[in-house]
Amino acid sequence: MTEDQTFTIEVDGQQLEARPGQMLIEVTDAAGINVPRFCYHKHLSVAANCRMCLVEVEKAPKPLPACATPVMNGMKVFTRSPLAREAQKGTMEFLLINHPLDCPICDQGGECELQDVAMGYGGDISRFTERKRVVRDEDIGSLIATDMTRCIHCTRCVRFGGEIAGLRELGATGRGEHLRIGLYIEHAVASELSGNVIDLCPVGALTAKPSAYQARSWELSEYDGVAPHDGLGSNLHLHVRRNRLMRVVPRENEDVNQTWISDRDRFSYQGLYSDDRLQRPMLRENGKLREADWQEALMAAARALKDASGARIGALISPSATLEEHYLATRLLRALGSNNIDHRLRQGDFRGDAADPALPWLGQRIADFSNNQATLLVGSWLRKDQPMLNHRVRQSQIDGALVMAINPVAYDFNYELDVDIVCIPSAMTKELAGVAAALGVDTLGIEAVPDPAHHGIADSLKSAAQGTVLLGNAATMHPDFSLLRALASGIAAAAGVTLGFVGSGSNDCGAWMAGAVPHRDTGGKAIAPPGLDAAAMLEQPLDLYLTFGVEPEMDVAEPARMAAALGAAQLLAIGSHTSPWLLEHADILLPAAAYAETSGTFVNIEGNAQSFRGVAAPPGETRPGWKILRVLGNLVGLDGFDYAESTEVRDEVLAACADLAPDNRIGDLQDRKPKSAPGEWERVGGVPIYAVDALSRRAHALQLTPDAWGGELRLNTAAAAALDLGEAAAVRVAQGEGSAEFEVRIDDAVPDGCIWLPTAVPGSEALGAAFGPVAVEKA
Amino acid sequence: MKTITNYIRSLFLFELLKGLSITGGYFFSRKFTLQYPEQKAPVSPRFRGLHALRRYPNGEERCIACKLCEAVCPALAITIEAEPREDGSRRTTRYDIDLFKCIYCGFCEESCPVDSIVETRIYEYHFENRGEQIMTKQMLLDIGDKYEEQLADDRAAQANVR
Repeated sequence: MTEDQTFTIEVDGQQLEARPGQMLIEVTDAAGINVPRFCYHKHLSVAANCRMCLVEVEKAPKPLPACATPVMNGMKVFTRSPLAREAQKGTMEFLLINHPLDCPICDQGGECELQDVAMGYGGDISRFTERKRVVRDEDIGSLIATDMTRCIHCTRCVRFGGEIAGLRELGATGRGEHLRIGLYIEHAVASELSGNVIDLCPVGALTAKPSAYQARSWELSEYDGVAPHDGLGSNLHLHVRRNRLMRVVPRENEDVNQTWISDRDRFSYQGLYSDDRLQRPMLRENGKLREADWQEALMAAARALKDASGARIGALISPSATLEEHYLATRLLRALGSNNIDHRLRQGDFRGDAADPALPWLGQRIADFSNNQATLLVGSWLRKDQPMLNHRVRQSQIDGALVMAINPVAYDFNYELDVDIVCIPSAMTKELAGVAAALGVDTLGIEAVPDPAHHGIADSLKSAAQGTVLLGNAATMHPDFSLLRALASGIAAAAGVTLGFVGSGSNDCGAWMAGAVPHRDTGGKAIAPPGLDAAAMLEQPLDLYLTFGVEPEMDVAEPARMAAALGAAQLLAIGSHTSPWLLEHADILLPAAAYAETSGTFVNIEGNAQSFRGVAAPPGETRPGWKILRVLGNLVGLDGFDYAESTEVRDEVLAACADLAPDNRIGDLQDRKPKSAPGEWERVGGVPIYAVDALSRRAHALQLTPDAWGGELRLNTAAAAALDLGEAAAVRVAQGEGSAEFEVRIDDAVPDGCIWLPTAVPGSEALGAAFGPVAVEKA
Repeated sequence: MKTITNYIRSLFLFELLKGLSITGGYFFSRKFTLQYPEQKAPVSPRFRGLHALRRYPNGEERCIACKLCEAVCPALAITIEAEPREDGSRRTTRYDIDLFKCIYCGFCEESCPVDSIVETRIYEYHFENRGEQIMTKQMLLDIGDKYEEQLADDRAAQANVR
């Protein structure tokens, strides 16, 4: 019998369609017949160890577990027969033997699967008078609170670790009553997906630490949301209590995030309630910043915009701003006569602008990543940059795909890379050209002799029926991004795979559609001559800068120079948070609502527009960003800025983009001279997972995890010896005109002659770009 | 036969006399008017008056912030905020009862798994200013501390029927 044939089985007298190989519980779930369960989860392997899903099957001598019983043609199943009920009741009684029943102090109380199932299937009274077991708790980090006495040994968390997170951290030791779930060695769990075990745990053994004891499930209102940190746009449920966002859990969407979300999406909401939220408009008067009311601040902002000459205004807008905000900012700028607007704040190289496609995207649907047979990552720590996309790549590898990488650091992945080329940043173009040469495509004049590794990559890509070359964040920030992109494009075309960009914010595609780039207007229409891009706005200082959702000392490619340029000009900053730098340099500060507080749309990296509503109350006088831009448009005297709802703005952009299809075709590159030159020491930058934007940098719990940047600079053993540095020694790094001190961490993942020093972290604001020559000395 | 009996009863105003005999009985019996506030009526241990939060004998507050009272309160009179205390235990940081909203139904007391929130025998209290009707956690604990002996006795007396 083949896979696509179906047959019927009978469950409780109902005829149900089933496919061979399906488990009984899948069929009953699809039909909406409730079978109680604890250990079964549709995205995890079947363990059948809780025994709660026992059902009666005709001709079977004993009740069978529905989660581990394959369907058979003509099978007759009874889920509520006396035998099944008896079995379920017995299992329930055994499960409750060691459960402490401390529901009143348990955070899971009210949303507990054990409570629900005990209510529906358990007995009325306890016959158990013996002593209950008590299990010592382990501290597994700042995100997950444990109370292992409550554990019922379903092993969902253990299976999640092995199968989804790719880290066997939680494990089961002992047998019978002595079975314990715990870490083999006590330490903080170092997975970017660890928070999902909170949802998986059917009882209160694993709960969320940041929101511990703060809200009961019945007090929370659930709203739909979209994740604001990476390009995937994971679907969220936002749990709000008294207008305050209390916690975030995944909303199931098989096409995007399945049933998971990353820890960054789950816990970044803490940043909404940091002490340095901007709450009132502020104006600089006689060199001092003072609070102002909206009327006054908006009039001052409009006057500044009107007084500046059009072409002398520049706008830097966060790639994680909403589509509406991108569009209104774009319209405002263009109406004022300026094309100087950019959202590609961290991009290291703009020489390829003329060759840009109209709407760069992931190259294929997110769900298709699981079916790829070969993936080449170029300059990407996909695991930390786009955790859920990395999960898809990992799935594909489990199914037999090859995953290869050309990276400036031997990044730690939660799977073995089949080919892992690690080279100093300035050699990345050469390595990629090696692959291009192996495929016989144009190497852009870069001399490259393919070695076996290059041939290996080329052959794997070529033989794959479906595959992708993915340009990651390190590639985007690279000073030769345009060359890397052109090479990757050639390789992808020659090998017959797709080329993809992972994007740097939650709304890169939206920014391109809205036209928040200097060379393309709304709908991807080319502009000639183009305005100034993010780097050129540095080279040619302007009179007035408008920043939206940007912290100039953190969120840009060259923080030191950008800060100097912005500090010297007039600065109108719209954003959700203040920073010491902004308080010192901004002339007008307007408080804009952050994610979950404003309505809007994110277009995810596969080109899918997902709208959301504002569900939490913004603090103080904060207003939604799109409304601020709209009123600025009115005050400057522009026509067509009379939107009442953000949906009107969205509909207008989407209508303008009706003909704009995602497209990754790269044009011909004019300037082919590599910009990056090897120095004595090269810096490898990159943005740490919990430093990507203002919100995540302020999420306290995330900053306490092992993934957060702890003030360290990494270099390998040889480099440490050459500089006479030991572990934890102080080291001084000078780049451009700035310098800063860091603590040495010896890490052999870093290639020779390199230091791995992230951007967007404290200390890095004094330095330059993520990649480039630096001077390093013992401090 | 029945018609005749009814006729005789109504003719001799039997029902009227029967009623008046009760009135007369009370008229001549001992009076029990109370000279309130000098004199006070006895109060049942089940009386549902002003609220209090109790403590354990070792001084630890009983309330564990389970919020069942807040959930069960039909008048939404209770407002609770909670967070982990320094020692990691689950505690309230705010426990307010709005006495204007409270209907003294006793559900909060009934729902409490640790006998923390109780209704005392106190029925004499007043407010002079707006806002005074909000009983805060500290006020409730103070009442509990003051009347703990009686509260414990009342709970003990009722233990067999609760």
